[in-house]
Order: sequence, then structure tokens, then C-alpha cells
Amino acid sequence: MDETPSASGRSNGPALSPETMKRAYRDMLLVRRFEEKAGQLYGMGLIGGFCHLYIGQEAVVVGIGLNMKQGDKSITSYRDHGQMLVAGMTPRGVMAELTGRSGGYSRGKGGSMHMFSREKEFYGGHGIVGAQVALGTGLAFANKYRGTDEVSIVYFGEGASAQGQVYESFNLAALHKLPCIYVIENNRYGMGTSIERASASKDLSRNGEPWGIASRKVDGMDIFAVHEAAQEAIEYCRAGKGPFLLEMETYRYRGHSMSDPAKYRQRAEVEEMRRTRDPIETLKAEMLRSGIEESVFKDIETDVKAIVADAAEFAQTSPEPDHSELWTDILVEA
Amino acid sequence: MASLILMPALSPTMTEGTLARWLKAAGEAVSAGDVIAEIETDKATMEVEAVDEGVIGKTLVTEGTQNIAVNTPIAVLLAEGEDAAAADTVVRSADPTAGASVAIETSADPGIVEAPEVAQAENDRDWGETSEITVRQALRDAMAAELRRDEDVFLIGEEVAQYQGAYKVSQGLLDEFGEKRVIDTPITEHGFTGMAVGAALTGLKPIVEFMTMNFSLQAVDHIINSAAKTLYMSGGQMGCPIVFRGPNGAAARVGAQHSQCFASWFAHIPGLKVVAPWSAADAKGLLRAAIRDPNPVIVLENEILYGQKFPCPVDEDFILPIGRAKIEREGTDVTLVAFSIMVGVALEAAALLAEEGISAEVINLRSIRPLDTETIVRSVKKTNRIVSVEEGWPVAGIGAEICTVAVEQAFDWLDAPPARVCGLDLPMPYAANLEKLALPKPEWVVDAVRKQLRD
Repeated sequence: MDETPSASGRSNGPALSPETMKRAYRDMLLVRRFEEKAGQLYGMGLIGGFCHLYIGQEAVVVGIGLNMKQGDKSITSYRDHGQMLVAGMTPRGVMAELTGRSGGYSRGKGGSMHMFSREKEFYGGHGIVGAQVALGTGLAFANKYRGTDEVSIVYFGEGASAQGQVYESFNLAALHKLPCIYVIENNRYGMGTSIERASASKDLSRNGEPWGIASRKVDGMDIFAVHEAAQEAIEYCRAGKGPFLLEMETYRYRGHSMSDPAKYRQRAEVEEMRRTRDPIETLKAEMLRSGIEESVFKDIETDVKAIVADAAEFAQTSPEPDHSELWTDILVEA
Repeated sequence: MASLILMPALSPTMTEGTLARWLKAAGEAVSAGDVIAEIETDKATMEVEAVDEGVIGKTLVTEGTQNIAVNTPIAVLLAEGEDAAAADTVVRSADPTAGASVAIETSADPGIVEAPEVAQAENDRDWGETSEITVRQALRDAMAAELRRDEDVFLIGEEVAQYQGAYKVSQGLLDEFGEKRVIDTPITEHGFTGMAVGAALTGLKPIVEFMTMNFSLQAVDHIINSAAKTLYMSGGQMGCPIVFRGPNGAAARVGAQHSQCFASWFAHIPGLKVVAPWSAADAKGLLRAAIRDPNPVIVLENEILYGQKFPCPVDEDFILPIGRAKIEREGTDVTLVAFSIMVGVALEAAALLAEEGISAEVINLRSIRPLDTETIVRSVKKTNRIVSVEEGWPVAGIGAEICTVAVEQAFDWLDAPPARVCGLDLPMPYAANLEKLALPKPEWVVDAVRKQLRD
């Protein structure tokens, strides 16, 4: 029986060490609380334009992040805040970019959808659906060109998997045996269109088959399952065997973006997912079962709340970019 | 501590809305993500979710209230253990003028921010001895020199390696540099361009060959949205040192889809540089500069010019600056501005005009973006007339830009309205006679100049 009434989901993945579980719990909670705060700031008018929240999908990026090493590269779409936090970018810098301030990663010139970190090997933050797949294949190309064993993690949604360049990329990656892990975050809805209405392929994990791309379908709400699959995929790529495709079955609780009337799905569906499959509650239940004490969670919650509050404060007090920023960074001075 | 729940903005443009329905009442516990109310705007009905856990202490607006401005308090959320009295305290202490809205300081007229100056003209350096080589050889030599110089440079495209280039531009490169650095691709422009841009974001320096620039349209999203904008969007962290090159413009009898000029398309994009060589020296010097440039550079070549011979400096260090035009022929009566194959047409026109006693100055732009406006304006101030010559279509073309530069910066020196000679405003026909009618020729330029002198 589950100790926590809010989650009945039980992991099927192999056990993780208490330290790894604590790190995963902390990282997932950080993403969740960060996104909740971002939603709040958006509601206050402090964040403008488009803002796509990651809430519900935390196990995917955190489970993969546990297996990444320094030098591994990652790239994703516009639903990117979780990826950035897991890449090690600071909550302050990310939140201040959301508010369009000079303390943001792009000094306020990128916004929610466009942030990058050369230092953390995070390559964006891309607003054109599917573009990051070809770009991410190029990151893997660069790894191979330079002769390193670094891999590139390329996140995209099941919606993007309808784009032609995804399959051009699969072909190129398989042809050149590039160390590229393609992660389809299948959250069931491409904006408001369900996967059933958008894809004739019913099993996206098989979408790399024509090119012989190794793949797995994974319970993306279960950090243990994600961790195990990511480990296999990353080892495979590091060994030079070519690309790997992971289909993560996940779910986003919030709308596609903040301005989503959510008329395409029943509220009961969202509530059922939250109640039975929530990735954070599922991990917590496993941790409690393994004997980790309740106080650990309280401490993590307190820490995370403080980090997020600090980021939100910074994002509101950091000054707007100077007018001179308008004309910088258009070209690199040769 | 009790906190206020404010009327949220649920879209980029929402300023007010109607509170249609409360889904939680005072006294009910909520956790983050719970839907507490429904809001209607003129566009949609949306749900308001709690952003924190607590107990609803009090609702401050009734169901059905219309025109509630964004950031108006709509409810009070009590923290664990607080009683309802705390709700009144927080409502009273909320300063209605401060609110939670931010007054974003609107910048003054953006026109007051001066764009930085580009392309300071200076005299061409004398590179000494030259030899006659074709444009094709010049391009090949430029790539070979840069491949030798920098391990991060590689060439990628269709038929560039084993086939030696669809137009034999990459002849011999596979042999010298191997398949790691001279890479054949499948016919997949969108994919390989995106892949090359991704590699460039890590600091590698790809040369992407499009078999012809017509096919760059398959990849134009990556050229514009991924290559040209990432530096800006990343606040200067992530540049994209990449070259996109290939034959541009009409060849001969290849029909509408293979005969068009993309100069104006790419010149429109901030974050790109665009060069268009005419001679072998242009080709070698500009391509070398493009490969070394830390920005994305489009190199518009021309198939008909590939086989033409020109004197080219033999100096191993020969390179040309991007952003600088070259005066190919000096004159005093009219300025002819051209790029790529039209430089030859302009020179022929100048020779014809000379027979009539009209002295034409011919400017070879070399670089389309940045445009060497200084050289153009200086020439116009001397000749008082300007005619632009391009193979591309007239509407929103490079000629429109050049004429605007002349009007904006040398209006008082002009003795005649600036004129454009362009390719005809139609898809390229296949029939030999019709194709000939569609492309600019020296006589058109001569006519344009005669008209300027006559009127």
C-alpha cells in the first residue's frame, strides 16, 4: 500500500540510492516550484508574451539529467525552463530572463523561449517546432567531429515529431552514427491537438525504425524508469553505436502556454493524472517506503521555496536592459 | 502569511476579464495547481489555478463581475494556521496604487538610438602579382586554404566529396582533406543545414554548399531563425560562424525554379552578411573572409561566372574585407552600381556609353550586407546620377535599396531620378528567346543612362 494518499503510482524501475533519490526529488521539486512561480509572475503581468510551463513532465528531464556528465549537450523547444535548471543554469538568471531583465541569461533579449548557456552546454530554447532536432543533431555531429565521448540530448514533443526535418535528422544521425539521444516528450497534446488526431504512427518509439535507430518507450512519469532508460541510451551513444530514441510518455498539467483555454481535454483527465501518476509524489512514496524520513522532504521543500523566492525577487529587482543593448549582439565583431 | 490572489493575465494581450465562476469558496483548502475560478475574456474562457497552497480566506469579487482589470485582488489566500481575520489585514494593507503591476518604462522614440556605422571605406591594398584563374578555381583555392588553416572548418553538401562538386567547385578537396572534413550529404537541405548550424553553435566552422541557392529555401528557417538570430537571442553568448554558398541567379535555360536571385531575400535579415563576388579575385578574397568571419555569411556565386578567367593575386595571404565595394572603372557622368554577373553587364554598358562620350563609373558592390553606402554616395556626389543594375526582380530588390541610399544621402547632388535596371518581374521562361528578353543587358543600362541625361 502507498503511504501517501495523493499518489498510487508505483515505480517499476530499479532502485536508486537514497542520495540519488534525494537529488532527483529536489530537482523535480525545484522545477515544479519554479514553474508555479513563473505562472504566478505571468499572471501578475511581470512575464510577457509566450510562457510554456513544464509542470507534470519533471521526471523526464531530471531522470535524464542524473545520467549526464560535464560536456554533454542539450537542446529543446520553447518549453525549456526545466531543461535549463537541470543543466545547472541558475534560477535567478532564468527567471530574470522571463521578466526581460538585464540579469537574465540573454540580458532580456531572448525571453522564455530563447535562453542559452555556453558554460552549461545548453543550446536553447527554440521557438520553431522541430528546429531543435536538426540543430541537436549538429551538436552530436560536433561531438563526433571533435572525437569526444560526449553526447547530445535532443528534446522535442510528440507534436514536433510530425515535422519532416525530424526524419531528415534521424537519417543523418544514423548514417553518421552520431551520439544523439532523441527524447520525444509525448505529453499527448501538440498545443490542443491530441496525438490520436495528429499521428498515424501510434507508437512513436518506432518512428526511428526505418533508419535502424535503437529505441525504448518509457513511463515518463516514473523517475526510476526514466533513469534506467536514459542510462542505457547514454551508454549506447557514448560507446559510438549511433543515435538512440526514447519516447517518454508524460503529461503536462498546465495548458500549452499560459493563454490556453484547455477546451480539448476534460478536467477529470488532468486531475486523474495528478492524483495517480504525479512524478514527484510517486518518487516521494518510494522514498518513504525505503525509509527516508518525512523531515527530509520538509527540508527540501524549504530550501527549494527559498531558492525560487530569491529568483523571483531577483527577477523583479534586476533592472531592465539598457537602451544600448538594442544594438549589441547582432553580429560578432570580426 | 496571508496573500492576495490577483486577477491574472492569461494571454499576452489580456488587460481585463469577467470572473465567470468561483470553483472554490471561502474556507476551502487549495493546493498549487487547483482550479479556483473561471475567467472569461473576449476570446476565451480560462481557468485560474492556485499558485500556492493554503485556504481561501475570502473572495473579493462576486461571480459575474465584468471588466476586472489584470492584477486586481480577487481573493485572499491564508497560509497554514491563519484564521480569517488575517484576510482583512492583508486586504487593508494592500496599497491600491502600488499593486503588483509593473510600470514598464517605455523607451523613448527608438529612432534616437543610432545604429552603428558600418563599412568604413579605405583604399584597396595592392596584393602584387596576379595570375589568370577561373572563378571556380578561385573558390576551390579559397576553401582549400581555409581548410588547411583551421581544423574546425569543414565542407558539407550534396555531391561535394566523391563527385567533386555538382559544378566541380570542390575538385580535389576530398583527396586532400578526407571524408571527415569534406562531407557528402543525402538530398536533405533542411536536415543538413540545421545540423551544420548546430555544429556551428558549438564553434565549428561549416561551409554549407547548396547545389544551387534555389534549394536554400528548403533550409531557410535554419538560416534565418537559427543561424542569424541566436547571437542576439543569447545575449551575445552563442555566435554562428558558418558559410552558406552556392550558385545564385539565372544560369541558362534551366527554367523558373532554378533561375532566381536571392540577394534581396538574405540582405533583408539582420544577423546575416551577404557577399556576391564577380571576379576570381572577388571570389577568392570574399570566400576566405566569409569562412573566417565569426558570423553567418551567405556567398552568392554565379554558375555562368564559374568558368570565366580573371587575374587573381597569387599572394597566399590574399583576402578581401566584407562590406567594401570596389570601383571597377572610374567615370564622371553617371554611377553604375552592380554585383555578381551584372558587374560585367555594367562594364559593357560603360564601354558603349564611352563611345557616345558619356563617362560612367562602375561600382562592384562585392558585399550586399553590409552595403558600402559610403562608396556609393561618394560616387554619386561626383557623377550626380545613379543607375543600379541587378539580375533579380525589381520589387523590394537591391536596386530599391541603392536608390533609397542615393536619395536619402545625396539628394541635393542628384541631377536625375535614380534608376533601376532589373530582371523582368516574372518567373523565368524556358524558351531561349524569352529567357533572353527577361534578363538585363548592357543596352538596357545605356537606355536608362540616356534617359537620365535627356530628362
